[in-house]
Amino acid sequence: MSAAHDPRAERRALELLRSVAGEDAAAMYEELGFVGVEPREGEGRYGYLIYPHRPVVAYDAASGELLSEYCVGFPDRSAGEAGERLPDADDVLAKWIGLCADERRLIGVANMDRPGRQLDPGLVRRDLDTLRRWRADRTEEVPA
Amino acid sequence: MKLLRMSPADGDVLLAEGDPELAEDEQRLIEEFRRQLDLGMWAAVPAEGAAGRREATLVRDFSEVPRGAESVIFFPQAAGGRA
Repeated sequence: MSAAHDPRAERRALELLRSVAGEDAAAMYEELGFVGVEPREGEGRYGYLIYPHRPVVAYDAASGELLSEYCVGFPDRSAGEAGERLPDADDVLAKWIGLCADERRLIGVANMDRPGRQLDPGLVRRDLDTLRRWRADRTEEVPA
Repeated sequence: MKLLRMSPADGDVLLAEGDPELAEDEQRLIEEFRRQLDLGMWAAVPAEGAAGRREATLVRDFSEVPRGAESVIFFPQAAGGRA
């Protein structure tokens, strides 16, 4: 979390993330520190890991191969003394909205780089494994 | 309908709220919607798609907001980060 932000702002941002992206995404963010976006069934092949104020990582949803880092931000130039950076959960939600609503537009704005430019690929692969296990555990918890 | 904006200081702030079926409310919502787009914000409408999957749509005009939408979320437009 960004130290500069009021914790109440981050809590409000988390609740907005929960109301827009859903309970799973909010729980993922709270428990893992990032949000995973999988392609819809039969649509596309790219999955994304969304980190707060870090690049979005694209991966092949079938193989897990890391493909690209997309560096993108949402600077609020009208914010004055509060600074330009959104609370972490808002940054994650803005990326989530961008990817869900208009993936090409968001990716078109971002600076693209190879995996490993800013984020350690080993850590990202570990996050992908953690996400798979987390999803499997959540699926098992759902009563039949 | 609520118009909400992400904000560095506050997380999110309520900009306006009203019933777009009422002419007076609708006018107020439209004016605030336009003001936010003039400030360079993107506007998104959250929705629930098939099988309960959460979705969002970017809109450029108030007329694109579906009737019955509960909220519109404004946030700063995306910019390329560190290259």
